[in-house]
Amino acid sequence: MTEATIDMTTTAVLKANTATSGGREEFAHTISGTIGKPYLDGKDAKFFCRGVNVFYAGEKQAIFDVNMDIGRNEVISMIGPSGCGKSTFLRCLNRMNDTIAGCRVTGDIKLDGEDIHDKEQDPVLLRARVGMVFQKPNPFPKSIYDNVAYGPRLHGLASNRAELDDIVEQSLTKAGLFKEVKDRLQAPGTGLSGGQQQRLCIARTIAVSPEVILMDEPTSALDPIATATIEELIDELRASFTICIVTHSMQQAARISQRTAYFHMGYLVELNDTKTVFTNPQHQLTENYITGRFG
Amino acid sequence: MSTLGILLTLMLLAAFSYYIGRKRSLALATPAKRDGNDLHSLPSYYGYLVVVWAVIPALLVFALWSTLETPLLTSNMRSHLPAEYQDKSADELSLTTNRVLNLARDPAQLATADPIFKAAAEDYLQMQSMSQTIKTILVLALAIAGVFIGLRHVKPKTRARNQVERVVQFIMIGCASIAILTTVGIVFSVLIESYRFFGQVPATEFLFGTHWSPQTALRADQAGSSGSFGAVPLFVGTLLISAIALLIAVPLGLMSAIYLSEYAGPKLRAYAKPAMEILAGIPTVVYGFFAALTVAPFIRTLGEAMGLSVASESALAAGLVMGIMIIPFMSSLSDDVINAVPQSMRDGSYGMGATKSETIKQVILPAALPGIVGAFLLAASRAIGETMIVVMAAGLAANMTINPLEAVTTVTVQIVTLLTGDQEFDSAKTLAAFALGLSLFIVTLILNVVALHIVRKYREQYD
Amino acid sequence: MSTTTERVKATLGKRYAREKRFRFYGLASIALSILFLVILLADIIGKGYPAFTSTYIKLDVQLDAQTLGVSADSTPEQLRTANYNTVVQNSLNTLIPGVTERKEKKALKSLVSGDAQYELQRRVMDDPTLIGTNQSVWVLADDDIDTYYKGNIDRTLPEGDRRIKDFQLTWLDKLEADGRIESQFNTIFFTRGDSREPEEAGILSALIGSFYTLLVTLSLSFPIGVAAALYLEEFAPKNNFWVDLIEVNINNLAAVPSIVFGLLGLAVFIQLFGVPRSAPLVGGLVLTLMTLPTIIIAARAALRAVPPSIREGALGIGASKTQTVFQNVLPLAMPGILTGTIIGMAQALGETAPLLMIGMIAFIMDVPSSVTSPSTVLPVQIYLWSDSPERAFTERTSAAIMVLLAFLVSMNLLAVILRKRFERRW
Ligand SMILES: Nc1ncnc2c1ncn2[C@@H]1O[C@H](COP(=O)(O)OP(=O)(O)O)[C@@H](O)[C@H]1O
Ligand SMILES: [Mg+2]
Repeated sequence: MTEATIDMTTTAVLKANTATSGGREEFAHTISGTIGKPYLDGKDAKFFCRGVNVFYAGEKQAIFDVNMDIGRNEVISMIGPSGCGKSTFLRCLNRMNDTIAGCRVTGDIKLDGEDIHDKEQDPVLLRARVGMVFQKPNPFPKSIYDNVAYGPRLHGLASNRAELDDIVEQSLTKAGLFKEVKDRLQAPGTGLSGGQQQRLCIARTIAVSPEVILMDEPTSALDPIATATIEELIDELRASFTICIVTHSMQQAARISQRTAYFHMGYLVELNDTKTVFTNPQHQLTENYITGRFG
Repeated sequence: MSTLGILLTLMLLAAFSYYIGRKRSLALATPAKRDGNDLHSLPSYYGYLVVVWAVIPALLVFALWSTLETPLLTSNMRSHLPAEYQDKSADELSLTTNRVLNLARDPAQLATADPIFKAAAEDYLQMQSMSQTIKTILVLALAIAGVFIGLRHVKPKTRARNQVERVVQFIMIGCASIAILTTVGIVFSVLIESYRFFGQVPATEFLFGTHWSPQTALRADQAGSSGSFGAVPLFVGTLLISAIALLIAVPLGLMSAIYLSEYAGPKLRAYAKPAMEILAGIPTVVYGFFAALTVAPFIRTLGEAMGLSVASESALAAGLVMGIMIIPFMSSLSDDVINAVPQSMRDGSYGMGATKSETIKQVILPAALPGIVGAFLLAASRAIGETMIVVMAAGLAANMTINPLEAVTTVTVQIVTLLTGDQEFDSAKTLAAFALGLSLFIVTLILNVVALHIVRKYREQYD
Repeated sequence: MSTTTERVKATLGKRYAREKRFRFYGLASIALSILFLVILLADIIGKGYPAFTSTYIKLDVQLDAQTLGVSADSTPEQLRTANYNTVVQNSLNTLIPGVTERKEKKALKSLVSGDAQYELQRRVMDDPTLIGTNQSVWVLADDDIDTYYKGNIDRTLPEGDRRIKDFQLTWLDKLEADGRIESQFNTIFFTRGDSREPEEAGILSALIGSFYTLLVTLSLSFPIGVAAALYLEEFAPKNNFWVDLIEVNINNLAAVPSIVFGLLGLAVFIQLFGVPRSAPLVGGLVLTLMTLPTIIIAARAALRAVPPSIREGALGIGASKTQTVFQNVLPLAMPGILTGTIIGMAQALGETAPLLMIGMIAFIMDVPSSVTSPSTVLPVQIYLWSDSPERAFTERTSAAIMVLLAFLVSMNLLAVILRKRFERRW
C-alpha cells in the first residue's frame, strides 16, 4: 500500500520532470535560491530557517537547503506536488522528525532567536510551544474532556480542577466545538464526526497555549462543510497564533493564507505573498503547478 | 494382507489407473481440424478420474471397516463369554473384556492364561484375522471394480476436469471439517465419561467439596463406592500457581514488548526477539525439570536461610517457572497488540509534547487495553492448562491453601496422576480425570473464546 | 518568556526522571527474561555435559572354557547363556585380593556395571575363538563410581554421608594408580534404550519412538493441513455459517490445553476405535490434531501472501480455479507452508502431556520396530528419568534435554533458513 503510493509519487515526479526540465540535476540548476520574498525583517520573524536539509534513513535526502522566515501571527501555507517534502519540512519545525528512526536534520532553525536544535533546547518544551495538527484526525481513545486536558495535564498547566475545566472550556470554545459537545464532555472523543474530531484535535493543541500551530493537510480527510468550518477557525486563530499549514488545495491556500511557499522535489522554489503566487508566479515550476499542468 | 500392504497396493493401483486412464483418453480422442482434439478435458484429468473411481470408494470402505472393526469384534467377543461373566456388573464386564484383549495382544501371556479367557482370546484373534481377510478382499475388489467403472467413464464428452475438481473440493472440505470433528471429539470424550462420573459422585460434591483423596477409593469390600472427590482444593491450587505465574509473566512480558516495540533499536531487537523465541520454543518438560531440580531446591534453601518453612514442592517454584515460560507468549501477543495501535496516535501525543513514557502510559496502553486484556486471558488459559511443569514441580497432596510456600496440587496434575497409574476403567477414580478434564476444557474454552473475540474486535477497530 | 514555557520547564526534571525509570523497567524486563534463559541453559548444560562420558575399568579376564561352561564350537545359544558373571567376578577378585566380608564382597562386585558380563558375552559371541584366552577388557563402571570420578561425590564428607565408602575409595585409588580407570565417550547413551541402571541407559529407543510418532504426525497433518488451508483461503464461501464455525474451531483448538487432547486420544482413539495403546500411531494421531491448527494458520498466511496478480494472471489465460490454485498459487506458498510445518513439528517433538495420557510412558528398552509397537518419545523419556533420584540419571536427563534442544534448534534454524531463502518481495 505505502509502496504503491510512493511508486505513484515517483512516477508523478518523473513526469513532472520531463514536462519541465529533465532530470533532477538539470532542474536543481534552474533554482539559484528561492524566488520571491522568503525573508522577513528580523523582528517580524517567528521562525528563522537557513540551510535546512533533511535526510531519511539511508541518506535519502528529502529537503534541500531551504531558507525562509515565518512571520508572527501570519498564516503561511505550503503547497507543492505530493512527495515534495512539505510534511517533512513542517515536521522540522517542532522536531517531530526526531521520532523517526534514521531521520537527520541539518541547518539552522531558530524560534524567537533560539536555535531549536541547541543542546539546551528541549523537544518536549519546543512541542508545547509549537503544536501540531495532523492530516487524519487522531483523537486519543479518551473522553472529549480528557483529550483536551491531555496537554495541560502533561505540562502541569493547571493547578486545580477549576483551572483545568476553564482551559478545556476555552480551548473548545476557541475551536468552535464547545457548543456542540458541552453536554457530553465525558463521551469518547472517537465518537465525534470527522470534522468535529479535527476541531477537537485543534482544541487539544491550543489547550497548551502554543505560539505556533503546524497543520499538515488538516482538512484533506474532511467533507467540504467541515472544511469550511475549519478554514474559518484558522482565520480566527491567526489573532493569537502563528499558523503554518500544508495543503494540497490551492483554493484553500489562497483563501486563508497571507504568504504561500511552493515546494518542488525538496526545494523551496518560490515564497511570496499569496496573491502574488497565485496571480503572478515568478518561477516556471510554480506556474506549472498552479495552472494545473501537474500536481 | 496387512494394513500397510493394503495401502501400498492401493497406491500402486492408483498409479496404474492414472496411466491407463490417460492412455485410454488419448486413444479415444479423434483429432480435430486444427490442433488439439475433441476431448473435453486434458488427458491427465481422465487419468485422475479413473484414480478417483479406483481409490476413493475403496479407501472409504477401508477406513470405515478399520474404525468399526475393534469395537464390533470386542462386543462380539463379550457376547460369547460364558453367562456367569455376562451377568456381572458393567464395571466387571469391562474389566474382563480388557483382560481378554490384553491376552490377545500378548502371545506370551496367552500361553499361560486361564482357559476361559484363553478361549475367548483365541476366539477374538480368529475373528480378527477373518475380519482382516474379508477387509482385504473387499477393499481390493472394490478398487479393481473402480478401475473398470472409471475406464467406462473415459469418453471424450465426459467433463473429467469438473468431476475431478468436485472430488478435490470435497476432500478439502473434509480436511477443513476435521477441526470441527476434533472439537466434537473432545466434547464427546470428556462429556460421556464425566456423565458417568457424576452418576457415581454428585456434581455438588465435586464442585463444592473441599476434600480430595481419590487414592483411597475402591476398597476391596466396597466396590463402586469411592473416596472423596471434592475438587475445590484442586481449583484453588490451580488458581494459586496460575496467579503466581501471571504475576511474573504479565508485567515482564508486557514491559518487554513495550521496550522492544517503542524503545529498542534494531540491533537490540535483532538479538532480544530470537532470545524470546528460544524461550518460547523450549518444551515444557524442560521447564518442569528446571523447576523441580533447580528452582524448587533453591527456593527452599533461600526460604530456610530466612527462617521460613518452604515445602520442597512449593507452589512458588512451579508458579515462578511457569511464569518464565509464559513471558515470551505474553510478550509476543502484547507486541502484536501494541503494534496495531496506529502511528497517528503516537504522533498526536508526541506533537503535544509528551515524552515517550507518557505517550505509552497515557495513549498507547489505553488504546491497546482490549488487546492486552485478550492477551492476558490467553496467558491465563495457558497457565491453567499447563501440565508438565506442575506435574514435575508441584505436589500431589490436595492442600487447600493460598500460601505460595506450601505444596498444592492442580487439576492437570490430578488428571495425569489418575490416568497414568494402574487404571481400572470405569472406576470413579479414572472417570474423575475426565470430570476434571471437562472443567478444564470449559474454563479454557470460555477464556479463549472471550479473548479471541476481544482481540478480533480490537483489530477490526484499527483496520 | 510565556507562562506556558515557565510552567513546562518546571515539570521537565520530574518528567524526565519518570521517563528514565520507565525505560529502565522495560530494559530490565528484557534483561531478566534473557537472564532466565541463560540460567536455564547453563543449568541444563552444566548438569548434562558430564553424561557424554562414562568411566570404564580395565579388567583382565580369563575366558577359560571351564568357567564359562562352553567350548569354541558351542551353539550361539550356549554361548549366550554361558557363565560370564563368574569370569567378571574372578577378575575383580584377582585385582582386589583378600576381600572376605559379605558387604565388601558385594561392593566389589558392584564396582563394575551389570553390563560388564554382557560386554564379555558380546565379544565371545562375535569371536568364539576368544574362549580359552586371557583378555584385557575395558568394562563400564557402576554409576556410583562414575559419579565419583565426575567429582560429584565429595570424599572429605563423613563416610556415612556418601554413597562410596572408605574401603571402596582405597580400591579405586589402587585401580587408578594401575591405570585401570579411564573416561571414554558415552556411546551407550546414543545406541541403547532405557535401562534401570543409569550407566546403561540410552535415548535411542526414545529417539526412534519420537521419529515414528513425528512420521505419523507429519504424514497426516501436512496433507490435511494444506488441504484445509487451501479450502478456507481459496475456495470457501464468505459469510457461510460452516466456514465461520470451522475458523472459530481452528483458532480455539490452537489454545486448548494439550492435556485435553490426551483425554481425547484416550477416550476416542484407544477406547472407542481400539488403536493400540502406547504406540507411535496413537501418539501421532493425537499430535496431528494438535499441530493441525498451527499448520493451517501458517499455510493460510502463506497463501494470503501470494499476490492476487498471480491468480488473475492464471485465470486470465483460461485456467480453472482449481488449476490456478494447485499449479500457480500453491507452489509459491510452499516455502511458507513448509516453514509453518517445521515449526509445528518442532512443537510436536517437544510435546509431553498428551502422550502420558495415551500410555507412551512405558519402560521401553527395545528400539520400537513399527508405528504400532510400544514406544516412548524423547520428552517423555526425560520426564521418566527426571523422577529417578540417582545423580547419574539427573545427568542423563539433562543430556537428553540437550539432545532434544539440539533437534529443536536445528528444526527452527531450518525454518529460518527456508524463510530467508525464499523470502520474496512482491
Ligand atoms: N519516514 C520516511 N522515511 C523515508 N522516507 C520518507 C519518510 N517520510 C517521507 N519520506 C520521503 O520524503 C519525501 C517527502 O515526503 P513528504 O514530506 O511526506 O512529502 P509531502 O508531504 O510533500 O507529500 C518523499 O519522497 C517521501 O518518500
Ligand atoms: Mg504530506
